[in-house]
Amino acid sequence: MTATVALALEPTPVWYLLLAALLFGVGAFGVMIRRNPLIMFMCVELMLNAVNLSFVALARSLGDIGGQTTVFFVMVVAAAEVVVGLGIIVAILRRRPNTTADDMVELKG
Amino acid sequence: MAFFVFVCAALMILGGAVGVIISQHPVHAALSLILTLFGVAVLYVAQDAHFLAAVQVIVYAGAIVVLFLFVIMLLGVDSAEDLQIEPIPVQRPLAAIVALGIVGVISAAIVQARSTIASGTRSGIDIPTVSGDADGNIRQLARDLFSDHVFAFELTSVLLVVAVVGTVLLARRPDKSGAAS
Repeated sequence: MTATVALALEPTPVWYLLLAALLFGVGAFGVMIRRNPLIMFMCVELMLNAVNLSFVALARSLGDIGGQTTVFFVMVVAAAEVVVGLGIIVAILRRRPNTTADDMVELKG
Repeated sequence: MAFFVFVCAALMILGGAVGVIISQHPVHAALSLILTLFGVAVLYVAQDAHFLAAVQVIVYAGAIVVLFLFVIMLLGVDSAEDLQIEPIPVQRPLAAIVALGIVGVISAAIVQARSTIASGTRSGIDIPTVSGDADGNIRQLARDLFSDHVFAFELTSVLLVVAVVGTVLLARRPDKSGAAS
């Protein structure tokens, strides 16, 4: 009986995918409501991690190591993206301290 | 046991994520981000992706969050944002609706596809507790990376060089003499 309960409570890939969906939603919500460019950037990282988590869950569920290889490449691209993005944010904020995303309207064409 | 690990890691991940978006102070948000990233690393271990768990801790929780903290410190820590100010009146309700819609659509798709997801064979992936090979995951990942995806792997080195050069150009102080910009 206890073995049955333990088996029933074994986390399946569906649980991981639902958790990843929730994490993605929280990250998307953060990008939409926050105005500090640094924190918006962190929320983008949350969304990237949600996608990585679902890649790993599906790699295991479908028996294909390609999912984990993809996560490896996503991490490399995310690292490059953070470096360039923070460079841009530093360049903007050094010129005008305490800028929020709303103040960057001068980027409009 | 696996259930307990999953629940703890899920609480870490969601608590950290909520911490990121409700923190007034960017430093607190960065520390919450570390909590989330560690939770994800725990779930990678729980799914036998040992190499990715190590990379997650080193690259994300190590390098990327340190870079964030470095920039926060560089720009000054007094830029706390007042969350009571709502610049566009309907922005937050709309954002909540959109975010709930995203979660709802993705969840519906997952629940609908659950039979496909759950019925897959696990034969293609090395699980160390089953195969008895402690390095099985790393070996399998390396074989896939350096055989099928070796061209993409080489391209990432180009990407990193471009990113480094671009960032140096961006972050350089403008030349006072105005000779080059």
